[in-house]
Amino acid sequence: MSAVISANKLSKRYNGKPAVDSISFEIPAGRIVGLIGPNGSGKTTTLKAALGLVPFEGELKVLGKDPRRERDALMQEVCFIADVAVLPRWLKVKDAVDFVAGVHPRFDRAKAQSYIAHTKLHPDMRVKQMSKGMIVQLHLALVMAIDAKLLVLDEPTLGLDILYRKQFYQNLLEDYFDENKTIVVTTHQVEEIEHILTDLMFIRDGRIVLSSSMDEVGERFTEVMVAPDKAAAARALGPIDERSVFGKAVMLFDGVPRAQLSQFGDVRNPGIADLFVATMKGTYA
Amino acid sequence: MNTFKWLLKREYWENRGGFLWAPVVVGGITVLFSAVASVAGAMMARKNRVNVQLEGSPAELAEHSAQLGGMGDILLASGVITALLVMAFVVFFYALGSLYDDRRDRSILFWKSMPITDAQMVMSKATWALVLAPLGAVAIGLVAGLVLWLVVLLGTAASGVPGASSVVTHAHPLKVLATLFAALPVQIIWSLPTIGWLMLCSAWARRLPFLWATAIPLLTCAMISFTDIFDGIEIPHDKLWYVVAYRGLLSIAPGAWLPTVVTEPTGEFNGPKDLAGLVDVTSSWGVFAQADIWIGAAVGVAMIFGAVYFRRQRDEG
Repeated sequence: MSAVISANKLSKRYNGKPAVDSISFEIPAGRIVGLIGPNGSGKTTTLKAALGLVPFEGELKVLGKDPRRERDALMQEVCFIADVAVLPRWLKVKDAVDFVAGVHPRFDRAKAQSYIAHTKLHPDMRVKQMSKGMIVQLHLALVMAIDAKLLVLDEPTLGLDILYRKQFYQNLLEDYFDENKTIVVTTHQVEEIEHILTDLMFIRDGRIVLSSSMDEVGERFTEVMVAPDKAAAARALGPIDERSVFGKAVMLFDGVPRAQLSQFGDVRNPGIADLFVATMKGTYA
Repeated sequence: MNTFKWLLKREYWENRGGFLWAPVVVGGITVLFSAVASVAGAMMARKNRVNVQLEGSPAELAEHSAQLGGMGDILLASGVITALLVMAFVVFFYALGSLYDDRRDRSILFWKSMPITDAQMVMSKATWALVLAPLGAVAIGLVAGLVLWLVVLLGTAASGVPGASSVVTHAHPLKVLATLFAALPVQIIWSLPTIGWLMLCSAWARRLPFLWATAIPLLTCAMISFTDIFDGIEIPHDKLWYVVAYRGLLSIAPGAWLPTVVTEPTGEFNGPKDLAGLVDVTSSWGVFAQADIWIGAAVGVAMIFGAVYFRRQRDEG
């Protein structure tokens, strides 16, 4: 199976400062990839390069096409939600559906209308009358009715309350995703997408610092609740992070066998958020 | 896929206020004013018991009818010209915002997530600015002109002006229409450099497209003009300002091409009745015989291509 996105030494500079610094990665089909990094780490720039929205250096193929030169053909098969509230304020719900049905060959009008029927949106409503959450509902109804091979979501739930956020990801997973589709998502609310991801990419200062499947993450990283008397011995194995909870040290290990660690205390899979914090230590320092 | 049709609809949804309501409202106000004036005139005529009897030779009577008919022509045309004037303002600001407003509110990212090329997007906007908006203005203006015509007919009849029906019977509505429609292609091609320039600024400017679009040509002209304070430098001020400021910014005004073709009237002119005879239906096409319109059009088309380029390249960070 060929890669949906493959990047080779992809770079992008703004005023000489690298935003994306010679990164290489491959995203196979049928994956849900979380691209996670602090503010200004180059996530959005990477996605924009893949969508043909910014020029870049290096090699980048999306569905086998060069986003710089073949953007028009690419957009037949790729869809994206760039940010919340980018729908124009004057747009009416029914016009939005008509428009996308009119211009997109892979749009399923009935599907979009059934999504909209499950919300408080009504056909004559304009975007400017909607709450942030409703705008995303409309946007998602439009996008999920498009049978795209690649869906890129850049902070799709920014500014939404927890009810909308949960519903958003639930819809995405239950109604949209299948083995022929690939979703790339960035968000700061890492805990909320943890359970839907198949792959994880951490990006920091324009470089990829971690790229693996969720299964590999579970095998590679272990979190141990270390009893105080064994703390020194555990520390000798070089944890990548340590914090204390109720007087007990919680240590995060990278690549240390679980059998070896279980002698220090309870072992478990770390949460992405903890892993993220450990990996990004010192980012803003 | 009828993408272009949907893009044109999209422009209409966004700009209904300018394309439809602005000329309708102005047309309505014009009609309202003339209605009030007609009623006032008729009331005054009645109050003063003006009783005009038409006497005279057949030739004098014919002259009277012809004058009223000419007035009818002017009324019809004035409805259209008013609407076109309004539309010129609408299109100026439409073109200036066409490729900027969606970058400012970032909705460009939604349009760019659809399978629409940048060229299609820009062309749909240019089509509105050049063709559909003026056509719509003519259509709305005609309705306004017809109503004006009717109002004035009723007003003159109610005031007791004898032979008032001549306003209609001795008018030349078909000729007025033909002249207006014949001039439309001239207007469209003539306005290309202005619309091209405004759309180029709209696609290129990061902020304040209005300032860039007006300040660049005007300051350039002013600075070049200023250099003639040095000895030995002669600036052809009239040519410079004509090419840059007039053709660049004002070609959008209805009839902006008129000064290049209007010659001394050859026939007699004794009031409105002679107007129809003086204006030849296709006289506007004289513009096509000059290089001016074609050079401007070529520059305008090039600037629209430039707008497509910037639409593609601008990073919407």
